[in-house]
Amino acid sequence: MGLVEAIVISIIAASTPLLLAAAGELIVERAGVLNLGVEGMMIMGAACGFAGAYLTGSTFVGALFGVAAGMALSFVFAVLTLGLAVNQVAAGLALTILGIGLSGLIGAGFVGEKIVPAPQLSIPVLTGIPFIGRILFGQNAFIYFSIALVIGIWWFLYRTRAGLILRAVGDSHTSAHALGYPVLKIRLLAVLFGGGCAGLAGAFLPLAYTPFFIPGMTAGRGWIALALVVFSSWLPGRLVAGAYLFGAVSILQLHAQAFGLGIPSQLMTALPYLATVMVLVIISRARGAAGSVAPASLGTVFVPDR
Amino acid sequence: MKKLLMTAAAAALTLAATAFNATAADKLKVGFIYLGPVGDLGWTYMHEVARQMMVKELGDKVETTYLENVNEGPDSERSIVQLARTGHDLIFTTSFGYMDPTVKVAKQFPKLKFEHATGYKRAENLGTYSGRFYEGRYIQGVIAGKMSKTGTLGYIGSFPIPEVISGINATILGAQSVNPNIKVKIIWVNTWFDPGKEADAAKALADQGVDVLMQHTDSPAAMQVAAQRGIYAFGQDSDMIKFGPKTQLTSIINNWGPYYVKQAKAALAGTWKAEDTWDGLKEKMVLMAPYTNMPDDVKALAEKTEAAIVAGELHPFKCPVIGQDGKEVECKGGKNLDPGQILGMNFYVKGIDDKFPGGK
Repeated sequence: MGLVEAIVISIIAASTPLLLAAAGELIVERAGVLNLGVEGMMIMGAACGFAGAYLTGSTFVGALFGVAAGMALSFVFAVLTLGLAVNQVAAGLALTILGIGLSGLIGAGFVGEKIVPAPQLSIPVLTGIPFIGRILFGQNAFIYFSIALVIGIWWFLYRTRAGLILRAVGDSHTSAHALGYPVLKIRLLAVLFGGGCAGLAGAFLPLAYTPFFIPGMTAGRGWIALALVVFSSWLPGRLVAGAYLFGAVSILQLHAQAFGLGIPSQLMTALPYLATVMVLVIISRARGAAGSVAPASLGTVFVPDR
Repeated sequence: MKKLLMTAAAAALTLAATAFNATAADKLKVGFIYLGPVGDLGWTYMHEVARQMMVKELGDKVETTYLENVNEGPDSERSIVQLARTGHDLIFTTSFGYMDPTVKVAKQFPKLKFEHATGYKRAENLGTYSGRFYEGRYIQGVIAGKMSKTGTLGYIGSFPIPEVISGINATILGAQSVNPNIKVKIIWVNTWFDPGKEADAAKALADQGVDVLMQHTDSPAAMQVAAQRGIYAFGQDSDMIKFGPKTQLTSIINNWGPYYVKQAKAALAGTWKAEDTWDGLKEKMVLMAPYTNMPDDVKALAEKTEAAIVAGELHPFKCPVIGQDGKEVECKGGKNLDPGQILGMNFYVKGIDDKFPGGK
């Protein structure tokens, strides 16, 4: 395996959890809900996903456990913010704290255990093609799913009626409500979808990335996913670009260090953040203000009148 | 209703008073501030193991509390204050970054006893303790120098602080003692704990031709990558053989337990004093995991090196130590570098091609 090929494979793996979590959050925010609990849902997905895979021996079951755990936690958020109209920022932060604590408790019994990492695709001939074979046909299911997910989200948002309604709910919940759309129900589904995606993103870490569970192993990836959604101006295409750019710079700076380029490591560590923010801001500027507005009702509480 | 409230308040007061008396009279309340989660399998985990050992040995005489995931820096102050305010008589702050906050809180609570790990600032009620981990690193260097076929070692550093720098230098000096041409590639991840990033760094090093990995970060991620890639690695802080049965050569084990028991006993007996403790292989604060996955002659050499360090015949930083610039480092300790030079190490030794990450 050549160095460039190895680097590309590492980049894809590093970008995938960010992409999965951010894709889910994009739908949530497009529906007008700001769920800051991504980190909490991710770590719950990691703990439960590992537990599922460890107990059953199946990566697939583990991934389902992760999705279910993320959804369960996001349901708590939905009850608070949609049902009881609690402030979304406060509820989201509380969700993160809850998720970190609860996942530590659930995962405590699994610390130090090992599982078999997610299997990689292997197609005769195709996987063996030099350079692109491993990259295109030798990845694990999470990676293919993340790409399919973003394409699906793009199609849903811009090519389906349901997607149009979801965007309408996010831009003006009062108008959507007046037209007879069930605003809270749509938001509930969006929040659950976001929770499931975050849970899956979390599960990716112990199931495929580093096959063991340790409390706090998401190490802030949920926050990066949140930031990516904002900097990509809520557009799925830019989200992919942002996630992969972040992953690429994170991996390349490690290689640059190993080559001994002598650039201060603190700067190198900050580089993924700087590069992603700069590039996405530049893209947004180039497109003008029209293409990059936040969902107008984002983060505001909606209480339907009778 | 008012009466009921009064009674309740009085009862609560009495309860609080008795609780306070009970602890003050015969129980020592010991508090711990942890950097990571207790299940990190690394640095924090080993402090937790030591805390449990203290509880086991001293039983009813101590009551312990720990706060985990406490961020380093000024933010840690409120956590330390919290322990101080809730009647803890002896407080261990277990990471370098808690140094200044610990100094500050120790000043505010002169009657309490504080112990700070790996720092260098002391006060009348604030002692410091650390392990001479570089001794273990030197042995790892000897093993790595023997085991590497590519002649290139990989080192994952957390932050460029003296503790980590001295570890890198000791490793290289050890490796040079068996292979003068050994090379090392260093990656700083600027975090103590991020399994994903540690794994990324390990992959990057393996991709660049490293065949023996070592790390100064806290999770077993690098060990797992090494296992997948079929190269060798060393554990960190605790025995990580479980994550690489065919990969781990050995591991430095941080053995804080005996020290914690000793200090708690001293506090109970009223003989506790703020001191500077810096123990190594000889005092068994630093232990080596079994030497595995290596030929017998390398194992014998590792054991011989360990025995020589324990006996005081071998010092990893024996003068002359040559710096990266080719000049001899001033030898303040007579035969070896003095502890201050090691604890404040701010240079790379000759043979490391990388640029030194600190000031200068």
